[in-house]
Amino acid sequence: MPKFYFEDFAPGWTAEYGPRRVSREEMIGFAAQYDPQPMHLDEEAARHTMLGGLGASGWHTCAVMMRMIADGLLLDTASMGAPGIDEVRWLKPVRPGDSLTVRGSVVGTRASQSKPDRGFVTFHWEVFNDRGDKVMTLVVPQMLMRRNGAA
Amino acid sequence: MRYFDDLQVGDRIELGTHLFTAEDIKTFASQYDPQPFHMDEAAAARSHFGALCASGWHTIAAWMRLRVLYAQREDAERLARGEVLAKLGPSPGFRELKWLRPVYAGDTITYASEVAEKRVTRSRPGWGIIFARNTGTNQRGELVMSFIGSGFVERRPGAT
Repeated sequence: MPKFYFEDFAPGWTAEYGPRRVSREEMIGFAAQYDPQPMHLDEEAARHTMLGGLGASGWHTCAVMMRMIADGLLLDTASMGAPGIDEVRWLKPVRPGDSLTVRGSVVGTRASQSKPDRGFVTFHWEVFNDRGDKVMTLVVPQMLMRRNGAA
Repeated sequence: MRYFDDLQVGDRIELGTHLFTAEDIKTFASQYDPQPFHMDEAAAARSHFGALCASGWHTIAAWMRLRVLYAQREDAERLARGEVLAKLGPSPGFRELKWLRPVYAGDTITYASEVAEKRVTRSRPGWGIIFARNTGTNQRGELVMSFIGSGFVERRPGAT
């Protein structure tokens, strides 16, 4: 049974999840399958790109963040998925061996007008590397069940 | 890749299709998004989705793959014609991502990309940023996802 429902979140809520280390092998494996650009695959080729060296696909950073939030929060939450993402900013490259952590806060909440069993909690997530650099930010309205079901 | 200066708002490309098998959906989910409705048919049947469906991140990762493969095919054709390739840089981010409908096991998604906006950057001389509206449509013709992506694209040498 989920521990957390829509009603458990409000502005002022904060959390931190991770760390999760992103190995060179995982980074290249993701890129080979989903984003096979030289800057994500090959150290020598990446040196000559704007990243200045091998960097993770931004989608991989999103996926790693998703996993930290799933493990830390969503698997204990009455999550119904997300209808989308308002905005993602990729601020700095994620390098092989970086350990990422994610810090979150609640921006706002609203009960669904059309469906009384659910509501939306908008989270602002910030991903940091182990040098303290902010590498990514993301704003997402998460759909959660209300505690009393179809109240 | 074509140079920033040669891309026009409204330019649209069809990227190809991706079939989401149950096995692929679960493999991606087990690594990055292990919520029950992406992992297990029975749990998904009890959820509001009603059946096993792909992580939204998986539906975009498949778009990215097809976008890169398209660019590689296009580059090969340009090289064969003796043309110079423009460099493609990283992306500063994206916005307005909408997961409009679930992508269920067995769905085939057709992806497309259309130039929505061009912006010259002061911070990176020699580069511009292209914003593109990227979409995925299922085999029933329903839009399943849409977002405004962005990426650095090299400017034509000497362009101002």
